[in-house]
Order: sequence, then structure tokens, then C-alpha cells
Amino acid sequence: MVKKYLLFMVQTHLNFRLAELESLADLFGVKTVDFSKYDEGSPFFIVELENDAQARAWISRSILTRGIYEYWGQGTTYEELHREIQANPLFKQFKAEYRNSTFKFEFDSFGGSSSGKLDRVACIESFKYLEFQGKIRMKNPDQVFTVIEEYEPLSDNVAGEKALRMFFGREVQKSDRLCGALEKYDLKKRPYKGTTSFEAELSLVSANIAQVKPGTVMYDPFAGTGSFLVAGGHYKALVIGSDIDGRMIRGKGSQTIKANFKRYGESLQFLDVVTMDFTHNALRSDFLIDTILCDPPYGIRESIKVLGARDPERFVGKEDVEIDGKKAYLHRDYIPTKKPYSLDALLDDLLQFASQRLPLNGRLAFWMPVANDENIETVIPLHANLELKYNCVQEFNKWSRRLLVYVNRGDGFQGPTNAGLERSKANFRDRYFSGFN
Amino acid sequence: MKFLTSNFLKCSVRECDRSNENFPLKYNGEKCQLEQDESLEFNPEFLLRIIDRVDWSAVVSVAIDLGNSSLPSSKPEFTSEDLSDEDMIILKDLHTLLIKTNIVEGEMSCRNCGHIYYIKNSIPNLLLPPHLA
Ligand SMILES: C[S@@+](CC[C@H](N)C(=O)[O-])C[C@H]1O[C@@H](n2cnc3c(N)ncnc32)[C@H](O)[C@@H]1O
Ligand SMILES: [Zn+2]
Repeated sequence: MVKKYLLFMVQTHLNFRLAELESLADLFGVKTVDFSKYDEGSPFFIVELENDAQARAWISRSILTRGIYEYWGQGTTYEELHREIQANPLFKQFKAEYRNSTFKFEFDSFGGSSSGKLDRVACIESFKYLEFQGKIRMKNPDQVFTVIEEYEPLSDNVAGEKALRMFFGREVQKSDRLCGALEKYDLKKRPYKGTTSFEAELSLVSANIAQVKPGTVMYDPFAGTGSFLVAGGHYKALVIGSDIDGRMIRGKGSQTIKANFKRYGESLQFLDVVTMDFTHNALRSDFLIDTILCDPPYGIRESIKVLGARDPERFVGKEDVEIDGKKAYLHRDYIPTKKPYSLDALLDDLLQFASQRLPLNGRLAFWMPVANDENIETVIPLHANLELKYNCVQEFNKWSRRLLVYVNRGDGFQGPTNAGLERSKANFRDRYFSGFN
Repeated sequence: MKFLTSNFLKCSVRECDRSNENFPLKYNGEKCQLEQDESLEFNPEFLLRIIDRVDWSAVVSVAIDLGNSSLPSSKPEFTSEDLSDEDMIILKDLHTLLIKTNIVEGEMSCRNCGHIYYIKNSIPNLLLPPHLA
């Protein structure tokens, strides 16, 4: 038996919203949702679920929704809403079930605030026919009943006078967003951050679409200041990061990645960050990595480098140089030389690594920037073992970035591949600094 | 770097992948400075998941490098959800070793190629000179 639930979503990052909902549904074994009814233009989605436990599992981690409610009814006027609620086949059952619960009413709205437009006391009065006998309790009531009004947004923060539609339901689960995740991980309040830090909202969304799971291992090969490590830690994975630039992952003084985890009360989730070139990887090959989530260098603020000499001839015989009777390269403060590398090659390496290290159905998710030129085709890297599951675009003025999400399907998948081909025609960094002209 | 991380790090030199000697690295006990991070709370479920993934013989070998030769030669087994008092004692010891033990400064080398890596400010550095890259 399934029951109707009302999902109330945020009307932002629409290119990511469905991917987050589908990924979380898949992660928690929620199979009864008919996504063909999903409407990108609406913050509301009525779904069928087996029970409250499923609704909770599905939505408690969500960043791009507000909450999920047991669906009691909707209308374009309050008269219609009340009629609909009483015509709901489960109405009698609902009434009986919550008759003696302590409760309160809450009001939420889309398209602008309802405050000042709705007489809330009178509104609550109009639900008298529910015949609740329990005490009203503002703190920790057994049940919260919610009226959600939809207004026509006239301009940015101004709502139309009258609500176009109203919903009524019993709150089952507030989303991670409504439970304060965005405030908690706000970069402004983070002890250690830098120019490459990734904002809280989309880093958490990325971790959801990547299906980071509690008690599993997540790896960020290009960890920088550790934004994705923090997001993975929030969803209770054990996280490990690497970066070729030791200064990035070291932080300064008391401002470190470790301090960030401590601030968030998630120290246990943070394994380590190591200074390492991703393409000369030191993670043993049979170490199980469940999820890879990252923002590879794309040569804007930081160049793409790997170990090795740009000009090998200059380094001939250097390995024999000794300082104080010890090979120079074995000294504690030796700094190895690095050479430039192409984004295409690095992404090929990343896909290859993912295909070898992830378990079947494990996910690789990373961000890729692209210039918004009509005449330049964006080619998405592909690997024969990896299914490209999502390609979510975030648009900026003259450029955009995409979250690419792949699922490891193993050797039998034999999907298309474009490894080794030169995909990006123009260097993104040059284009970025010339203002995309 | 946590003791646990030593269980995941091999030598970064690609040629060493062909040998069985590139993991675990050999930690120089005299040069390694250890610290206990007391702020990390004991969580048995979390630890059980981790123990599942560790290569036990590497745990034993690095522990010996660092002066602890008290570990059993085979991985402790924990049956079902019901942990006995004795299990808890073992798990607490493993928590202390794997999670709380931090190598603040140190050095380690590859048993195959002999390359030396350093740990500075708790962060291991696995970068390579050009002739090994
Ligand atoms: C876009 S930034 C990632 C920033 C990170 N998400 C954060 O929260 O700060 C890319 C990072 O990749 C690092 N990097 C560049 N080449 C690398 C390589 N070959 N191996 C590992 N890291 C590399 C850079 O040092 C940089 O910190
Ligand atoms: Zn080696």
C-alpha cells in the first residue's frame, strides 16, 4: 500500500534538483516515486511512498527541498482545500490517528511570505472539523500540521496579494537545508578556506548526487582547502584527500582542514590529507574507495601540474647531486620540480582511476568548467566502464561549470569512450583571462 | 598523519607496483614523533567498518616499526552486533592505535626502491623527484 506525500522543494539550482532527488531515492531504496510527474517549473511534487520511514530517509539529507508532508489535500481557495481534505479517502483514518497527539500548526509559503496576508489564527480555526483533542504544544509537539500557500511572485521578494493555491499536510521530515546545513557550512564562518573553496550549498548537493554513504570511504584527489571533504564528512563518510600543493592542504596556524572538521563536530570522519600528485598515486590499489568527489584544477587560479621535469635535459644527472653527503632528493626540504599537463589528460586519468578503484555502481562526481561559446562544442570525457549519469550545468555570465556524475558499471558495460582525444579546443585559462572575447 | 593512513599508502614510484615490497612503507621509528589525539571519541561501529578494510599484516608491521610489537598476528574477529566486554577492550586499543595515534613528524621508505618520504606537520609528502616520476 502506498500513500500520498507532498514534497516541497526550493526553486533554485533546478539543473541539480531532480538529480539530487533521484540519487537519494536510489540510495535509500525508494522505488515508488513516479519521476515522470516531476515538474521543474513547480516547487511541489506529489509522490507515493510506502511509509513515513521512507519519506524520512529520502528527504532528511536533501539540500534542494524544504520538506516532505503526508498529503491531506489542496485547493485554490480555502473552501476547496477543506472540501478536499474531507474528501480524502484517508481522512477518517488521519483524524483517528492524530486525535490525541500534541500538535501545532505551521505556515510556509512559496513566492513570497504569507505574513500579513493571512489571518493565521482564523485559518487555524477553520480546521476545527479535524477535531484534534490533543494539547497544542509549540515545543516538540508529536505532530506538526502545515499550511503551505503558493503565491504568484510579482518581483524578487514581493508576492501577489492572494494565494493561488494552498496545501495541507502533516510534516514528516524537514530537509537538511531546513535543519541548518547551509548556515553550518557557510564559508564565511569556516576557519580554514581559500580562493578555491567551494560554496556550501552545491558541495553538499554534489555529495548527495555522488551518493556519499555513511561508513564508507570518500576520496577527493584535488582536495585544496577541503570543501568536498567537509561535505563528505557531513554525510558521515570517512574522507581522505590529496593535493600536489602542500601549502593548500596545510592551512596556516590554527586554520586547517582538521580545524574545520573539529568546528563541525565531525573530527572522526576526517582521515587525512596527503601531499601527492594524483597521477603518481600512492593509495594502494586494493584500498576500497566508495566515492570520488572533486573539483579538478582547471587552470584558472591554479595551473595543472604533475610531477616530472618540463625540460628533462636540464635534469640529467641531477639525481646524483649530493648535499652534506646525502642525495639532494632525499633531503627533508627537497622540493621536486613539476611540469604542465593538460586538463584532458588529467580527466582521462581520473576516469581511468575511478574505473579501477570504485566498486560496481560506485560514483565518480567532479566539476568541469566550460566557456559559453556557441561555436565551441563541449566534449564530456567518457570511459568504457563508466556510465555518464548526470551532467548538471550551473550557468554564470560568460562561463558555466558542470557537475559530471558517472557510475562504475564494470568491464561489461562497454560504453563509448573518447580518452586520448584532444577535447578542449581552446585553453580555458586563456579564454577566462581574455574575458571570453 | 593518522596511524590508520599508513595502511593505505604505498610507494608512489610506478615501477615499484611490480614488486610486493612497496606496501606498507617502512617507518623509521627513531625519526617518527607520535602524539595521541585525545579529542577523537571512541565509536565502536565506526571502528568495526574500518577494521574491515585494513590490511592486518601491514598494521602489525608498521606497529613494530613504531615500537609496538604486542599485536596478534591475525586480525581480531568480532562476531555480530553483540560485542563482549573483551571485544570492547580490544576495540578501544585499536581505536588508540589506528585513530588516535598521529605521526606528527617522521620518515618512511620504500622496501623496494629505498626512496625516503617525510611527514611534516602531520602531513605525509609522497611527491617524487623527476628521475623517479
Ligand atoms: C580547483 S582546486 C580544488 C579546490 C578544492 N575543492 C577546495 O575546496 O579548495 C584544484 C586543486 O588541485 C590541485 N592539483 C593540481 N594538480 C594536481 C595534481 N596533479 N595532483 C593533485 N592535486 C593537484 C591544486 O593544487 C588545487 O588545490
Ligand atoms: Zn618504491
